[in-house]
Amino acid sequence: MTMKSRFSCLVGALGAGMVVAATAHADITVISFGGTVQKAQVKAYYEPFTKATGIKLIPGEYNGEQAKIKAMVDTKNVTWDVVEVESAELVRGCEEGLYEKLDFAKIGDKKDFIPSAVTECGIGTFIWSTVIAYNADKIKTPPASWAEFWDVKKFPGKRGMRKGAKFTMEIALLADGVKPDDVYKVLATKEGVERAFKKLDQLKPNIQWWEAGAQPPQLLAAGDLVMSSAYNGRIETAQKEGKNLKIVWNGGIYDADNWAIPKGTPKREDAYKFIKFASEAANQKVYSSEIAYGPTNLKAIPLLDPKILPELPTSPANLKNALACNTKFWVERGEDLEQRFNAWAAK
Amino acid sequence: MNTVEDAMKPPAGGREVPLKVRLRRAERARTLGYLALIAPLAIFVLLIFVWPLISLLQRSVDNPEVSAALPRTVAALHGWSGHELPGEPAFAALAADLEALKGTSELASAAKRVNMELIGFRSLLLGAAREMPLAAGKPAKDAMIELDERWGELATWQVLARNRASVTPYYLLTALDFAIDDTGAVINAPAERTIYRAILVRTLWMSVIVTFWCLLLGFPVAYLLATQPPKVANLLMILVLLPFWTSVLVRVAAWIVLLQNEGPLNTAMVRLGLIDAPVQLVFNWIGVYIAMVHILLPFTVLPLYSVMKGISPTLMRAALSLGCPPFASFWKVYFPQTLPGIGAGGLLVFILSMGYYITPALLGSPKEQMASYFVAFYTNETINWGMAAALSTILLVATLALYVIYARYFGPAKVR
Amino acid sequence: MMQKNDGEVLVSFRNVQKTYDGETLIVKDLNLDVRRGEFLTLLGPSGSGKTTCLMLLAGFETPTSGQILMDGQLLNTIPPHRRNIGMVFQNYALFPHLTVRENLKFPLAVRKMPADEIDRRVARVLAMVQLEQLGGRYPQQLSGGQQQRIALARALVFDPKLVLMDEPLGALDKQLREHMQIEIKHIHESLGITVVFVTHDQSEALTMSDRVAVFNHGIIQQIDPAITLYEEPANAFVASFIGESNSLSGTVEQLNGEHCVVRLDSDARVTARAANLGGTGTRTVLSIRPERVLLGADASTCENRFSATLKEMIYLGDQIRARLDVAGTADVMAKTSVAHWDSRLQVGDRIDVGFPVANLRALEPM
Repeated sequence: MTMKSRFSCLVGALGAGMVVAATAHADITVISFGGTVQKAQVKAYYEPFTKATGIKLIPGEYNGEQAKIKAMVDTKNVTWDVVEVESAELVRGCEEGLYEKLDFAKIGDKKDFIPSAVTECGIGTFIWSTVIAYNADKIKTPPASWAEFWDVKKFPGKRGMRKGAKFTMEIALLADGVKPDDVYKVLATKEGVERAFKKLDQLKPNIQWWEAGAQPPQLLAAGDLVMSSAYNGRIETAQKEGKNLKIVWNGGIYDADNWAIPKGTPKREDAYKFIKFASEAANQKVYSSEIAYGPTNLKAIPLLDPKILPELPTSPANLKNALACNTKFWVERGEDLEQRFNAWAAK
Repeated sequence: MNTVEDAMKPPAGGREVPLKVRLRRAERARTLGYLALIAPLAIFVLLIFVWPLISLLQRSVDNPEVSAALPRTVAALHGWSGHELPGEPAFAALAADLEALKGTSELASAAKRVNMELIGFRSLLLGAAREMPLAAGKPAKDAMIELDERWGELATWQVLARNRASVTPYYLLTALDFAIDDTGAVINAPAERTIYRAILVRTLWMSVIVTFWCLLLGFPVAYLLATQPPKVANLLMILVLLPFWTSVLVRVAAWIVLLQNEGPLNTAMVRLGLIDAPVQLVFNWIGVYIAMVHILLPFTVLPLYSVMKGISPTLMRAALSLGCPPFASFWKVYFPQTLPGIGAGGLLVFILSMGYYITPALLGSPKEQMASYFVAFYTNETINWGMAAALSTILLVATLALYVIYARYFGPAKVR
Repeated sequence: MMQKNDGEVLVSFRNVQKTYDGETLIVKDLNLDVRRGEFLTLLGPSGSGKTTCLMLLAGFETPTSGQILMDGQLLNTIPPHRRNIGMVFQNYALFPHLTVRENLKFPLAVRKMPADEIDRRVARVLAMVQLEQLGGRYPQQLSGGQQQRIALARALVFDPKLVLMDEPLGALDKQLREHMQIEIKHIHESLGITVVFVTHDQSEALTMSDRVAVFNHGIIQQIDPAITLYEEPANAFVASFIGESNSLSGTVEQLNGEHCVVRLDSDARVTARAANLGGTGTRTVLSIRPERVLLGADASTCENRFSATLKEMIYLGDQIRARLDVAGTADVMAKTSVAHWDSRLQVGDRIDVGFPVANLRALEPM
């Protein structure tokens, strides 16, 4: 592993809000999850947007922590104009008044988008999936499912998982044989939570936790991990860089990332212009060609090169045995489960 | 002729001013001068340190959400026994509150706050708000229970009533692994949720170990520095201080590179045949301790050095001349003189370790996370600043308690 | 009181050399015998090697070459803590974390003495230095003089064969210093211990010592009792370093056993006692103490008689000091009692001056 990639992972792990440059006046600041996601966004949205409108754009990155946004909104000193937010955080933040309620007349026709992508305070920008990724140099026969992810006899070595309850709980139940459709029903019960933690107990000594999306491809390529949960786009990008990493789509958990406008930004109109631009089918097509995340604008799908369709979380084959992340469930129970997860992980 | 008496007399024509008063006046100008000199720093400390500290302590018991969002309900619940469902006025008040605040962030904050204590309350409250106003002609109580049967449960109302006060022990209790049961009594939290007592003990224990190693490794270095001629000592001192010139982040990154499975250390050990396969040195306790000791070492070396510099070398000679063998002389005569340095250096490292966050976060597994990690977790990820403040408060109190113990047993008055 | 065994050697330095940098010798070929029971002072200007000599004896420095013997046993390889030598340091070196009593117990506890014996000895030395009531205090609660006495008591409490003192009175004020000189002298006499004492203060050396070894440039210039040093200095350095003396330079013309004739640089001839002289024709320094210079009528019978000019008179109450020009040598000092002084004399007057042969020593020049 190179020093540079290690370091970028470090910065990511720290919460890279610090890296955000000072904001000049006429410019808008767009914050995303950074790394390869941001690279694709620069190419598909940021640069063409500046070219088309003359509005300069300052890219920044963070790890999804809502605290910074809350601090800005509370102190009425909002310097972020557009942020990429995961669905559960968007719903919670919308209720708590962190985000502007969107006027879709300024963005586009709601009917053009996947229905779940349109919410009160946000518009989905891409669909991503948490999948099993493995190093094909180390494993010849791929793990068929999350159940095999648990099989340390067949696949000895460390596994990476995202540190946190979200996705980890679902994965544990999938690995324990719960059908995707029943996962949230089971998880809503006390017994279901116990069942998930019991399953996680089995794998605990073999888990190495990751926090930033850039970490799994690095750790896999370096040989520290044999397999890991990972965001599909990050793995696909690593493949393009020549790393022999592979994806298992079976049991993937997909969710949308959204654009939202922090409440009280003085540059709201420019922010709308950016979101409108980034939601256009032609631009989403460029994005999905850069990184293997699915477009939310239905009109973008026919524009895509058919060759890359199988790489996207939204392709029918990949959706077959996949689980849609239940935003409502995580809004309601997230804090409680995260706290329990912390208690469990720390022991 | 001028005499002392003349000088002490008040100026002619003036009223009799006693000498003490005149002295005080003369001193007052000087005192004001001193105050003016320290005023900028005092104000700075007050603004940057004391005030945030107080607001932090306050936040750990602050509970404004429910009383701000549901004022009518809070008033209606005043004097409620808590043993049976409240009457119609309370339901009507709640309905009025919900209608007034429908869709606002105040309501969401209150929902979020109560959801911490009763899971599901968030959707219950926000769901009810969406149905407002209630259809006319029906008692609010029936209409609400019809909306969701949980409104007919005693626990729902108890948790609301518990949070009508603007201060709550909830965060502090949770941060100590206590919970409040339905009757309002304080009980131990269920075993699967307990974490913070263990974290506090772990934080203390890791700090003890780091302090121990820092002292063990720092003592000989400080001794060497104190006994070398100035030229050599200056060079060595620069080497000791060198780590201060690089950021903690860079040093942590360097340790990751050095200690990782395919890093130089593991590779070298495998090549030399010392080990068969790479040993995990990072993302577990080994890496955390190595990096923390490395980063904190100068904080023990410097106080020890300054204390050792002040110890007269003839003391050791005196002990030898009195027939005490070299090591015993060191132990009985030199070592006791270094205790103030050991105390100061140890305390410094211990207190710094207690607040360590970045190093364990980057180099450790979840098993090495200390209290600050959870403060950061609640601050950044769940925006539960009450919990963050409560954990910080407990950390602060623990640190202060240890300092008091230190001052009591090892303070300057105790060590000669 | 112990009997002094004069002449019995306790410690001897044999051809000892010491250098720190390999270039200059701080101690050059030292040969010195310390007799049992004596109070020997090493006196000299700073850098003369006297402290190094003490450190060699204590074992804190090792000789570059040569041998140090104590009781016939070679000391070179014995570490300091096994030499059984007590030491009093210039800054006292009391252990600040221990009380006075604990300081005194320290050397005894190290020797694993029984507790009652320790208590008995500590009480005895505390009584000896008259500080019985201060046993529970810490050193920094004591005055300088008290600390000094405790340091002395600590160096004596374990009955060492030898006690070394490294300028122990240097930090005290004049009055206290003189008081302590007498006290240390008395303790030495009553215990019969052997003391090697280092100082650069000649009056201290003369007050306390049985013998004084005068050091300069790493060499012992003379080792003798105080009276011999003063009256019969072995060379010009000792003559000028100990007390006051007048120096007149000249060349040896004749040597007749004990006496010699010296031609002064002003061509005047004088007869003097010869001490450590080279042959005829060598340069020499004549030394005479101011109080031995005879003035006026007293000089009339003197063999070496000159006419001098009175340049200055200083009235000191019990005596008068006169500054004279004698036979081409300026600034010759004479000291006489007021009763002997001719009160009519004025500055500028001529006066007879006599150098008695017995008190005029012809010495090797420095």
